[in-house]
Amino acid sequence: MERNQQLRRQLASMRQSLFDQGHLDEQFILLEELQDDANPNFVEEVVTLHYRDSARLITTIERALEKSPLDFNKLDGYMHQFKGSSTSIGAKKVKAESTQFREYCEAGNGEGCMKTFQLLKRDYATLRRKLEAYFQLARQAGPNEIACRPK
Amino acid sequence: MMIGAEGASSSKKARISENPVSKNRPYFALVVDDDPMIRRIHSMILKSVGFKVEVAENGKEAVDLFRTGAKFHIVFIDMEMPVMDGIEATKAMRAMKVESKIVGVTSRNSETEREVFMQAGLDLCYTKPLTMAKIVPLLEELQKN
Repeated sequence: MERNQQLRRQLASMRQSLFDQGHLDEQFILLEELQDDANPNFVEEVVTLHYRDSARLITTIERALEKSPLDFNKLDGYMHQFKGSSTSIGAKKVKAESTQFREYCEAGNGEGCMKTFQLLKRDYATLRRKLEAYFQLARQAGPNEIACRPK
Repeated sequence: MMIGAEGASSSKKARISENPVSKNRPYFALVVDDDPMIRRIHSMILKSVGFKVEVAENGKEAVDLFRTGAKFHIVFIDMEMPVMDGIEATKAMRAMKVESKIVGVTSRNSETEREVFMQAGLDLCYTKPLTMAKIVPLLEELQKN
């Protein structure tokens, strides 16, 4: 019982830090609110789908950034898809960096694109790691404790 | 012929029954998007407010559903999809005299592109992702009609 309470406190703290550190926004809360007894792993399922899709896009963008000259239209198109997917899970920092990247594409600024992409990859990897740890802990804590928004 | 999906879960019944718009009869929605994540999210949002939901992966699947006699109160359709995109699918549905409310859902910001999508026969066009704030007024409008 005490261990469970400790797990729950840890889970709540982990969740709150994702918002406090600016990694997640309200869209993640919407996903949490949709989760119910009939779909107890909904949030994790959606996040998993996101990372499956977005990992492919990251690789595609990386390859496109290696070409010379850069095709800014293509880069913008790929990042548009990536941004959409990130927005859907509430990935706040990554979404902001996607927007910045697209602005550099519009300006034809290759250096800006590359620098922003490095930041994006870093924050993307950080959020992915934190969410994986969060869901792993949530599974240990039990289904009742999955992502309830504090009142 | 109405096509339905599973209804809202028991744990959300309190919220759905508190919504005076949705408690009387089910409304049927079709979600058309090639992204499985979007189909999942939009289906859950719609189910949470009482819609019964079917999904299609592209415009052709959506059009084929109507060709087989399916009817939906409302269709949420993505603009960019393989096989048949949202613009072509919307044109095809309107040519078939589909009277469902058709709502475009796109991540495109270009006014020109959205206008082309609207001209295809949409009633509305929203930016992804759908939210409760966008869905509830649509449900209220269906209830009024």
